[in-house]
Amino acid sequence: MNDTAFREQVREWLRANAPRLSSVDTAEGFEAHREWERALAAQRLSAVAWPSRYGGRDASLTQWLIFEEEYYAASAPVRVNQNGLFLLAPTLFAHGTEEQRDRILPHIATAEQVWAQAWSEPSAGSDLAAIRSTAAAVDGGFVLNGQKTWSSRAAFADRGFGLFRTGQDRHHGLTYVMFDLRAPEVTIRPIAQLNGETGFAEIFLDDVFVPSEDVIGEVGQGWRVAMSTAGHERGLSLRSPGRFLASARRLVELWRSVGSPASSAEDVAEAWIGARAYHFHTLGMVDRLASGERLGVESSLGKVFWSELDVGLHESAMRLLGERAELRGEWSSAYLFSLAGPVYAGTNEIQKNVIAERLLGLPR
Amino acid sequence: MRLTPTEEQRHFAASLHDLLGPSALDAARAWSAGDPVPGLALWRKLAGLGVFELTVDGTPADLVVAFEELGHHAMPGPLIETAIAPLLTGSTAPPGQRIVSIGAPLALDADIADLVLLLDGDEVRVGTPGARHESIDPARHLFEVVPGRALAGNAAAARDLAALLCAAQLLGAGRALLELTVEHAKSRVQFGQPIGSFQAVKHRLAEVLIGLEFARPLLHAAAATLAPPDISAAKVRCGDAARFAARAALQILGAIGFTREYKASLWLAKTTALASAWGTRADHMGRVLAAL
Repeated sequence: MNDTAFREQVREWLRANAPRLSSVDTAEGFEAHREWERALAAQRLSAVAWPSRYGGRDASLTQWLIFEEEYYAASAPVRVNQNGLFLLAPTLFAHGTEEQRDRILPHIATAEQVWAQAWSEPSAGSDLAAIRSTAAAVDGGFVLNGQKTWSSRAAFADRGFGLFRTGQDRHHGLTYVMFDLRAPEVTIRPIAQLNGETGFAEIFLDDVFVPSEDVIGEVGQGWRVAMSTAGHERGLSLRSPGRFLASARRLVELWRSVGSPASSAEDVAEAWIGARAYHFHTLGMVDRLASGERLGVESSLGKVFWSELDVGLHESAMRLLGERAELRGEWSSAYLFSLAGPVYAGTNEIQKNVIAERLLGLPR
Repeated sequence: MRLTPTEEQRHFAASLHDLLGPSALDAARAWSAGDPVPGLALWRKLAGLGVFELTVDGTPADLVVAFEELGHHAMPGPLIETAIAPLLTGSTAPPGQRIVSIGAPLALDADIADLVLLLDGDEVRVGTPGARHESIDPARHLFEVVPGRALAGNAAAARDLAALLCAAQLLGAGRALLELTVEHAKSRVQFGQPIGSFQAVKHRLAEVLIGLEFARPLLHAAAATLAPPDISAAKVRCGDAARFAARAALQILGAIGFTREYKASLWLAKTTALASAWGTRADHMGRVLAAL
């Protein structure tokens, strides 16, 4: 199918089917979002760029970007399984076994299994390699112990993935493990976020057994495996330009709806230009990927850019709303969420260190 | 729409880099001191490589790649003006052997130009150099233009192409400032270590790179569409990124950056001048807004 026909098909289907759902961070809202993912999967729209054997439609990266543009333009629901779709799946494609891909990917596409990420710990945030939670080798697998925190979607998700310590070496003593969040040895304590909703949680692991087949990559290679996932989180997959183009368009509409005040004109134009810059930058990356280049550290540039763009765009919206800005609503809640952008997926400070040391060659 | 340079364009940029690398800075210094001879010699070599024929024979994307490199090496002279001249004169004769200066309203380096034009709103006129003004960029000699007979050129298209090429030069100048500041930060030792190991310095330079890398796609998109709001967005962001690079360079270089003797001054002065040449930031922001 050509790009224009694909865009039309996605747009029409979303217009007819995209629901308005209650918050994903409640038990019934979560299940409603899972239901929506099933509907997407039935159309093979939940992971368009995946191979069809896993539930995708073998679409090009360009078509994936088109899907994302239409998805955000339609104000369709939050992707409840985004950790699975955009973090775990790219890791499995790059480092998983055939058996793991066959076993796991189809259930991500249909959201039968919703995944939470389990990176941070109380003493391992920006310094992620300071992880202390352990995976001790036992017969047939590993036993997990320790504590994870700020784990997105963990309050209601089915399974989790993250790094666990299998040895003393700071980086080479880490292993990438998938585990069952519903196991009796796992305790979840949801954490209310700034907006009052439990978007993340603490995870306590008390002798949780995981079979060997749930280790991704080699034992001791977890850091390298995770960094490739982190590249996806920062780069092309998790924050597609469609999201910011749609927000910028809504900001322009908001500006017009309050009489196009000249005092905000430049803010609005800046947001618009920024969203276009990110869009074109991403298209350039797709060109380069198509010609066989690999992108790595550069994803840090994009992460800082989109997170700052998102904050600026939402601050502009809040200024336009004036004294009504504080009222609970779509803009104010999106504003609060935007404030987390410079922190999650690796703080912007860490990204700037990476950019300075690995792209500019400044001394560590 | 292609948003990254082709193999051929990259090779062309590399050959410009090789040509300009050793001599453009000396030419710029001589030009500033009133001696255009080395600059004109370099100009003839650029013309020989076909830089000024791209307006007629090439694509805007080719021009943008070339002009980023010209900005990168602080090449002096009425480069933009000569490149856009075919849109005003209607001439398809190989340009480049003929240096063109264009008043819009002040004309850059009209004293060494073979042809002086004046853009007055939508009108295009042939002119002659009038009173001279000094720019804060000593490599830019500006002249008023005494208007002569009218021409039937496309002033709007010429202004747009000029703004696009100006954006490209700004991006190249910003890149040069980043490169020399990074080199300084690696070698300058204070408190017993290279200052580039300090996070305050690292983060500022990282921000400069982000600014440049997210201005570039706007430039390439504008070269592909030639839509006026796209060109304006590119001019705004390339100008902002270059100005941000200039501020970071001045801060991280310290006092040496504030001297005319050190090479950074060539780009510091030029980014300031180019930021308001071929449409100010406010003009271009206005065009973006009008199209929203």
